[in-house]
Amino acid sequence: MDDSATTESATKEAATSGPDWPLEIYRTLKAFGVSQISYVPDAGHSRLIELSHGDGAIKTTVLTTEEEGVALSAGAWLGGDRAALLMQSSGVGNCVNMLSLLASCRIPLLTLVTMRGEWAEFNPWQIPMGKATPQAFEIMGVTVLRLERPEDAAEVVSAAASLAYESDQQVAVLISQRMLGRKKWTETR
Amino acid sequence: MARNFGSLDRRQAVQALLADRGDLLVVSGLGSSSYDVFDAGDHPGNFYLWGAMGGAAMVGLGIALARPQRPVAVITGDGEQLMGIGSLLTIAAHKCANLSIVVLDNGHFGETGMQISHSGLGARLDLIASGAGIRSVTEITDLKGVAEFRGELHHITDGPRLAIVRIASGHVERVLPPRDGVYLKNRFRENLGLAVT
Repeated sequence: MDDSATTESATKEAATSGPDWPLEIYRTLKAFGVSQISYVPDAGHSRLIELSHGDGAIKTTVLTTEEEGVALSAGAWLGGDRAALLMQSSGVGNCVNMLSLLASCRIPLLTLVTMRGEWAEFNPWQIPMGKATPQAFEIMGVTVLRLERPEDAAEVVSAAASLAYESDQQVAVLISQRMLGRKKWTETR
Repeated sequence: MARNFGSLDRRQAVQALLADRGDLLVVSGLGSSSYDVFDAGDHPGNFYLWGAMGGAAMVGLGIALARPQRPVAVITGDGEQLMGIGSLLTIAAHKCANLSIVVLDNGHFGETGMQISHSGLGARLDLIASGAGIRSVTEITDLKGVAEFRGELHHITDGPRLAIVRIASGHVERVLPPRDGVYLKNRFRENLGLAVT
């Protein structure tokens, strides 16, 4: 996770560059009846996290590690809720064993993953997991979709949600780092 | 090697916890806890984990959030809970009032050759749970304590709560619940009135 000053500047940049795609994703999740959202924070998800916390009809859960969200999504489905899990690519490897729960029980998963390590990355430590992210999902049978352009957000997330909740698939939407905006190291305080 | 960590018979303890279970929903953790819950009486409101080590408490949280009017109990072992120790913080932060976690603590990894667990080596799960912010933490060492806690399991307004049940580490016969995850999922959902898709 980033320090708060960096988070703030990254968020500001994303918010001013084109369509309000986090709002589009939020509206799509609402249209699909999603009522549980869990997350490990990421700057790229900060607006969607705020929208989730601000919505009394969505039970929002902050996690200590990403695989908790995989197990939580399974419990939500067992209880009759639709869940979505937000994380950044660095956390995908943490989920691998827990994904076997969803495969064994054919339980839906919708996870939205902000990418690091693929576009103008300044931190070399982000690159190995970023590069391995699609394969880490695919070895566990998760379908990987790409969201490259803000204007496609609703359509891609809607397709992923149908695959997940209606066809009992585990689906990850990788949100490209290019779309999130180049990170600025402007100190805000 | 296997020093006696507690004295409660795990099967007796779980049977007593699940007596007259009413509308209680139960998630059991990988290993002996799943056998204990099955041995106490199979029920469509049981979801037995055969994998997902460290995930039982979070599966329980997901169910409890989805079904706030139903009491939800996670019954798991010390080793399973230790692997998902962070989930205690996540659950405490949520103040999920209808969720209880029961840790059957024998201080050992019973499924894998009875190696001594961190709990057996001195870690205090009760202090960890309190420190995480779990509202109510109970240590149970006898059947009287189990009977008292059984009543609390059905409360849906004052959780989350966690009980450490000090069980004996002796060998217990395996009693195997169904292993088909899709079957377990469908019957759990059907029991809640959800359509099988």
